[in-house]
Amino acid sequence: MTEKIENPTLPVQVLSDFNSLGIKELKNLSAQNLWSLNEKEILAVQAYFRSLKRNPTRAEIETVAQSWSEHCRHKTFKSPIRYQEGSKTVLIKNLFEETIARATRQTKKPWCLSVFKDNAGIVSFGKKGQWALAFKVETHNHPCAIEPKGGAETGLGGVIRDVLAAGLGAKPVLSTDIFCVAPPDKKLSLPPKALSPERILRGLIAGVRDYGNRMGIPTAAGGLYFDEGYALNPLVFVGSVGVLPAKAVKKEIRPGDLIVVAGGLTGKDGLHGATFSSANLNGDDHSTAVQIGHPLNEKRVMEALLNARDKKLYHSVTDCGAGGLSSAITEMADIVGARVQLEKESLKASDMEPWEIWVSESQERMVFAVPPSNLKAFEKVFADEGVESRVVGEFVKTGRIEVLWNGRPLINLSLKFISNGIPVEEKKAVYIPPKGNESRALPKKSLAENLKNILSHLNVCSREWLIRQYDHEVQGGTVIKPLQGTRHDGPGDASVIWPQAATKDVSDLSGFAVGHGLNPASGKLDPYQMAWLCADEALRNILCVGADISRAAFLDNFCWGNPENPQVLGSLVKAAMGCRDASLGFQIPFISGKDSLYNESKDASGKMVSIPGTLLISAIAPVPNIEKAVTMDMKGPGNSLYLVGQTGEDMGGSLYHEINGLAGGAVPRVDARCARRNFAAVYQAMSKGLVASAHDLSEGGLLTAVAEMAFSGEFGAMIDLDALPKQKPIYSAEVLLFSETPSRILLEVKPEHEAAFLKCVKGSCVKRVGSSIANPIIKIIGLDGLVLFEESTAPFKAAWQRTVLS
Amino acid sequence: MKSPKVLILSAPGTNCAVETSNAFAELGAKPEIVSLRLFKEKRVRLLDYDIFILPGGFSYGDEISAGRILAAQVKIHIADIKNFIRMGRPVIGICNGFQVLVKAGILPFSPSCEQSASFVANDSGRFEDRWVHLRINTQNPSLFFKGLPEMIELPVAHGEGKLVLRSPKQLEDLKRNRSIAMQYVSDDGKIAPYPANPNGSVFNIAALTNPDGNCLGMMPHPERYTKIHHHPNWTRQTFQKQAFGMAILKNAVDYCRG
Repeated sequence: MTEKIENPTLPVQVLSDFNSLGIKELKNLSAQNLWSLNEKEILAVQAYFRSLKRNPTRAEIETVAQSWSEHCRHKTFKSPIRYQEGSKTVLIKNLFEETIARATRQTKKPWCLSVFKDNAGIVSFGKKGQWALAFKVETHNHPCAIEPKGGAETGLGGVIRDVLAAGLGAKPVLSTDIFCVAPPDKKLSLPPKALSPERILRGLIAGVRDYGNRMGIPTAAGGLYFDEGYALNPLVFVGSVGVLPAKAVKKEIRPGDLIVVAGGLTGKDGLHGATFSSANLNGDDHSTAVQIGHPLNEKRVMEALLNARDKKLYHSVTDCGAGGLSSAITEMADIVGARVQLEKESLKASDMEPWEIWVSESQERMVFAVPPSNLKAFEKVFADEGVESRVVGEFVKTGRIEVLWNGRPLINLSLKFISNGIPVEEKKAVYIPPKGNESRALPKKSLAENLKNILSHLNVCSREWLIRQYDHEVQGGTVIKPLQGTRHDGPGDASVIWPQAATKDVSDLSGFAVGHGLNPASGKLDPYQMAWLCADEALRNILCVGADISRAAFLDNFCWGNPENPQVLGSLVKAAMGCRDASLGFQIPFISGKDSLYNESKDASGKMVSIPGTLLISAIAPVPNIEKAVTMDMKGPGNSLYLVGQTGEDMGGSLYHEINGLAGGAVPRVDARCARRNFAAVYQAMSKGLVASAHDLSEGGLLTAVAEMAFSGEFGAMIDLDALPKQKPIYSAEVLLFSETPSRILLEVKPEHEAAFLKCVKGSCVKRVGSSIANPIIKIIGLDGLVLFEESTAPFKAAWQRTVLS
Repeated sequence: MKSPKVLILSAPGTNCAVETSNAFAELGAKPEIVSLRLFKEKRVRLLDYDIFILPGGFSYGDEISAGRILAAQVKIHIADIKNFIRMGRPVIGICNGFQVLVKAGILPFSPSCEQSASFVANDSGRFEDRWVHLRINTQNPSLFFKGLPEMIELPVAHGEGKLVLRSPKQLEDLKRNRSIAMQYVSDDGKIAPYPANPNGSVFNIAALTNPDGNCLGMMPHPERYTKIHHHPNWTRQTFQKQAFGMAILKNAVDYCRG
């Protein structure tokens, strides 16, 4: 372990002329110190200290800057926005409240145990509801652009700590990761310090692999998405699911509780990570803003925490993430108050200013509220795991945050000022729908050629090369694997986790599934519909493995460019409205979310480039009996194939368009009422064991899904296009085969189950469209009744099985 | 003996202790996850237990090399472990536990407990999680494979699983004293290269025992196949009717029950 060093006694730094500075000097000061406080904010800080008739210490301004940062405050989502669309202008007082939070309230789900408040969303779980699932997905974009491996490690480490600090602590049972990067096989001209997409991708994978595998948490249910728009600002989403006893959801600090920091020592790593996330990347060196992770230390903290939780040794816990002790203690003190003796913190660097200790983001630290009577037992539990714990202060009923440094006042701020003092700034948003250009006539490439191009497309092709690097089976609970089929290499829609290592109860067969929806291509055309499509896709993914989606919960993650740009903000508002409507439409609540803005950088020519507005919706739902779970591989010959949902002419933003260089067309719309009815019927059939396989129709449409099911199960399929349920007459085989109409699923049903199956799906749009065959070929009967397509599956599987990075 | 006591050793970085413990509990044994610290403090005696498990994980972060640091710690208690083995009680080192057994010189077995083999990085150069086909050596005298077919499947998940031996002669010795317990094979049972052999181990060795057959080191994870629903193809219902990982652990428990 790192050696602990004696505390230094550097003096308290007072900004002696702060109250007399003019606005220009204040702004310079904010920029120099990486505070990311804007003009209004720094003036509000000055006004506060003028009213106190004293100059602030540097530590005080750092505290305010951390707490007011975009990272901690989500200013864009919570401040007023004047939103203009067409000739109409409305004032949105609080975007988050009026969209996502409102929808969640309106869905009124009693099994939501904690939404938006804690470090993760928490829902009820288990045979008798005696357990709960904590789920959190967040981004770690800015650090990963500079140091991909370190960024991915600390990103994963951070979200795992969020779950460890959800309620009184959940045991992480699944990690999930999604990377959005530029295609590694394309020559791009990048500015000087920017890393190549290949290097970024390799680093990200290595980071998640090395950290996650060592933590002993399975990594599954991930994704990769390639678009040139991520060349300068890669997106890294990391998520964690944990299991905790339902009784351990509630946390409450009591005055008199000791503030105990446990875990790694504090050093200079990760100064200004929180405020840095409000800045755009412009080639300057921010290396101190990225931290270094150490999985073994985090694992020790995890073991000790779970042990202390079960012994009920503390009242509350939070993780030390962005903003370090400053954010953690200020957040915990909330309405109570805290008094800290900062010199009691243990350090690993000798030349640290007191303010640096206060905001350092050194990893693998947690803060606990421990009643004094439990302190001895608490310290022993942590010492037994080899984790250092130290009392740095106590929670007191003062409504203030007071920090002393060797007896001298370092910080003395009212919590009211920290939480409410931030000046509200109205932002402007304009939504201008992208011009829909006419779709050109479809090119005449053969169906086989199109299918091959789709299957080998970066966003569709096999991720086996990546998935196998992650230990996705540790904890012995991965009962549906990410790779499915006869040869364990087909594209599963989701994994199912049976968290026996957390419940220690093998008689409880409750499991859960996690799925994601991400569709930036449609967002470029219509951000509102993108939200619907993401929700729909996330739901279908988990439904296809047998999850009970009437108990599903959503997480949102918004990654956008600079919200000061009204058009960028306009598309963000539109996507948030889509989230609200999708949540209400599907009657599925959001339980947690995050946003990462300012994802823009100067390109090689010096032009500021923003990422495509990217929304990730993650869904989690229980699989009440894991023995009823379903996979996507075709199970045998002579079974019926049923298509759920009608097919429409939905080529806008489709992969077929992309590979053929076509633009335009409308982005598909989700018919929520119809989808809900269909999905409920499908789940009913699955829970009765009537569905042999299920696969969702996503990128590449019907033909892609059929091919994947067939080659994964090593059988063939025959589809009759005339039998397809259609929204209106469609005469183009290309459209029927490659359209990306949402809410569709292909099911395989054995003859002996067909009658019972048909009873289950009565009244919903589920039609028999073909059958499975023994011969491994795909056969499509055209609208004219003639064979349109008859090809062996082998070359398609070969096209799909490309390795992106060897 | 109705409920054999199982000691599952845990050290910083041990990952697979809980699921291993769950499996033994389901078999009616009495598993205990015991921290290495309690050993050091002499608060636990190995000989009070009937089965000794070194579970998988990344002990001490696998720094220096996989299992190296834990092996050095285990070595301090080598006299107890030697006694335990000599008394015929079952020992299983799984994945990282196998690496520890090899680096502590317990396997391949020699009376002096000098390290004679090692593990190096997989030929593929990276960590890999996959299910493998294994052929059990029917000549091996081990107590762990009773009632199992010659060909089984189990998952492996490791980055440093390539077993290397000191010399070709050592391999001949291992063959002669029937210490090779399992080999990686293709789905039709043949000795085959990657990916059938996931790491490039010499002679496709996946598991070793001592010549008496009560101390087993294996790279595959039996605790990850304790229920048929662990198998990647359970939804196809075309595979074996038995969870082979559980069967291996059950043999250890049954052996103690006598």
